[in-house]
Amino acid sequence: MKALRLLAVGWYYQFKMISRSPFEGIGQVLYPLFFATVAFFIFRASESPRTLLYAALGSAVMGMWSATSTTAGNAMQRERWHGTLESLVATPPHFGLVLLPITLAMATIGIYCLVATLALGRFVFGIDLTVEHPLVFALAIVAAVTSFGALGFLFAVSFVRFRAAWALGNLFEYPVWLIGGFLVPLVLLPEWVRPISWVLAPTWGMSAIREAALGGSPLPDLLLCLALGGVYVGLGLAMLERVLGAARKRGALSLS
Amino acid sequence: MPVVEAQDLHRTYRTSTGTLRRKWMDVEAVRGVTFGIERGELFGLLGPNGAGKTTTIKMLITLLLPTSGTARVLGYDVVKDPREVRKRIGYVFGGERGVYERLSGYDNLRYFAELYGVPPKEIRPRIESLLELVGLKGREQERTEGYSRGMKQRLHIARGLLHDPPVVFLDEPTIGLDPVGARELRATIASLADAGKTILLTTHYMFEADALCDRIAVITRGEIVAEGTPADLKRTVAAGTVVEVEVFGVPDGLVERVRDLEGVTSVSVEEREQAQVLLVQTPTDVELTHTILGTLDGANVGRISRREPTLEDAYVALVSGE
Repeated sequence: MKALRLLAVGWYYQFKMISRSPFEGIGQVLYPLFFATVAFFIFRASESPRTLLYAALGSAVMGMWSATSTTAGNAMQRERWHGTLESLVATPPHFGLVLLPITLAMATIGIYCLVATLALGRFVFGIDLTVEHPLVFALAIVAAVTSFGALGFLFAVSFVRFRAAWALGNLFEYPVWLIGGFLVPLVLLPEWVRPISWVLAPTWGMSAIREAALGGSPLPDLLLCLALGGVYVGLGLAMLERVLGAARKRGALSLS
Repeated sequence: MPVVEAQDLHRTYRTSTGTLRRKWMDVEAVRGVTFGIERGELFGLLGPNGAGKTTTIKMLITLLLPTSGTARVLGYDVVKDPREVRKRIGYVFGGERGVYERLSGYDNLRYFAELYGVPPKEIRPRIESLLELVGLKGREQERTEGYSRGMKQRLHIARGLLHDPPVVFLDEPTIGLDPVGARELRATIASLADAGKTILLTTHYMFEADALCDRIAVITRGEIVAEGTPADLKRTVAAGTVVEVEVFGVPDGLVERVRDLEGVTSVSVEEREQAQVLLVQTPTDVELTHTILGTLDGANVGRISRREPTLEDAYVALVSGE
């Protein structure tokens, strides 16, 4: 109960901080809109209105992923610049409970991207946004956000130890767009890429959202997405004590 | 049993130079520091910049692992039981960093109250009373990015006390504050000591340590070179004399030349408006005024005086390693 409360309060204040930066906020909304616009023009060649919804959802999740992958690293960097990383590490709770709300707050920003992209599709491109299973669609979004946050958490664990690791977040951003099947169906990718896609929660989150919107069976994808999120958190927690120990040994916590 | 005890603490940093052909070297920041702080005591760790004060304090608050040696806080080992130590200590770092600038002062405290496990019902009254204590009442809803350095510093103090810790570590808490702000902060520190907290204060301000501390350890180049009450430390140089020579433009190499004179205990230079004052410590029975003046050939000399040493002179003598 105490841990849940800590996660909730941590998420609230971290989210409050992120959403208070107008420049970052505008960037998070506008950036995915450019990609969505490109995607809409490409997919408009298709006559089927459902193809455009496919593209709308793909570009929305692209935005959600970008918000998480790049900002998890930036979040740690921000804590270093502000000199708050040491203050957080010096608090008594397990550091996982301190770190996870930070990345979950980042992933929540991804919902802005989703809403902005779908609104663009609806009002500018006139895309029909009717979803087949609204409740499961909403659940799939929550599952995707949670698992993105969990993956961000795994990244953030390494950022605690390595200052320059934020660059890794940027490195992961574009490949996952492709191998997560956001705009290009996975069947079009080479065979050897598929196992990589399967261990990425965004692949299953994307699939669950699409299945729920376009009609299909989203529940297995949704559960896989959540399960992978759980695995990421488990891995992160397992690595965290060692990573913190190494940072305390090398005196890396105070470096900015 | 001491509340805080450090036993032969060492801390070495590994650092490198060069890009393609990297050369690694070890820098010893703390070299065998040993001390103990009793319950309710205000203990000062006094030393110049780079002496090892912050490194020592960071080992005690579990942010750094010692290279060797042991440290315990309230009986808990800082390496083996870091979480138990963290529950029972508060710490305050000097400077403006360390607060969330996009949050209000109140939100900063609210967030950390949760992190420190303050029971939900106690959070609001605790924050209110701390805001009163540090003089931020009425400004708590403003974002901290608009706070002055002094206000941020006071917010740090409030944050360090949220969980009412029995032991408080204060690392140069008055650094960079204006005189009035620094005086107010010292009054707050004194009130914490009066409330029975065990406090470790690091500072490089002699008068601050003199005014606040029950006991002082002087640290320089990673080693403790003296330890005792302020009165004890004053006694170490009480038998000496300080010659003050006002010089307008200290020539190159002068300090070294004076330091090499026989009978000189220590030499330092103090800036006073347009002039520099050469402070030369000597044993009482040694008269060196004329010899010192002899080394000043060519320099513009102003007032010359002799006086008894102060605690600051004791500190200068200790840290200059003479």
